[in-house]
Amino acid sequence: MKTTLRSYIIGFALSVTLTLAAVWLIWTHIQSGHTVFSHQFLIAAILALAIAQMLVQLVFFMHLAEESGPRWRLGALLSTVGIVLIIVIGSIWIMDHLNYNMMASPSDMNAYIQSQDGF
Amino acid sequence: MEKIMEKNDTHAFGFWVYLMTDIIIFGVLFAVYMVLRANTFGGPTSNDLFSLPTALVNTLVLLTSSFTCGLMTLAARKGKVNQTIAWLIATFALGATFLALELGEFSRFIAIGASWQRSAFLSSFFTLVGTHGLHIAVGLLWIIVAIVQLKLRGLTPGVTSKLTRFALFWHFLDIVWIFIFTTVYLMGML
Repeated sequence: MKTTLRSYIIGFALSVTLTLAAVWLIWTHIQSGHTVFSHQFLIAAILALAIAQMLVQLVFFMHLAEESGPRWRLGALLSTVGIVLIIVIGSIWIMDHLNYNMMASPSDMNAYIQSQDGF
Repeated sequence: MEKIMEKNDTHAFGFWVYLMTDIIIFGVLFAVYMVLRANTFGGPTSNDLFSLPTALVNTLVLLTSSFTCGLMTLAARKGKVNQTIAWLIATFALGATFLALELGEFSRFIAIGASWQRSAFLSSFFTLVGTHGLHIAVGLLWIIVAIVQLKLRGLTPGVTSKLTRFALFWHFLDIVWIFIFTTVYLMGML
């Protein structure tokens, strides 16, 4: 992507569109009294829109695709994203199980186990 | 100077590596927020506090500032000093608006007793969003320094190289904000 006014305008238009799309999804969900779209779908959809917008900004604004020769920037970015994904997903996963295994009180524990496992 | 993003631009690559370490800082703060966001300790939840229109206006202001920052890069590549300064001022104005809106939101939260001392959720919220705001404040300071340098020296290779790094920094903060907007504000509405 050669750096021109056009590439910045396309990048800006795509960013605004992706932002408004995510807001529209959540707004529709709230206005319908939390009935339209499931929570799992919404979380997956708005995360996908955020990642799409990150790629738009990296290509159109930060010129990641302009890099020639060894792709040092891309390599550094990919390894960093890998580390961050391990930290974020690992933390959520571990702490979720820690909460499951170390509930505050026996009655909370019973209520939680019943809601999770149905016995 | 003609082709700023040359593969041999070691300054820009060094700055890129710094941005990668900043991603890890924000990544860890995101992890903390995601783990603690349900721990409201009987205090206000994200549904009680966040307003979608405010967050959307904030996002659009920052997106537009990222765009004017790009136009600044274009003007600098063409060697137009006054145009570069004009776009820097526009970026500064939008960045300052964003920061003012964010501080306004913070003071509204604190006024209703939802400060960082209230719950683990709010501690992690203020740490994550505040760290981003601090970066924006540093960026605003950087713009002032850049304008002074442009006035004194014009578009020398050194100044152009600094502007390139500032643009990377500013676009990077925009990306971080997109994830804050998505995971903190939009998911907080669910």
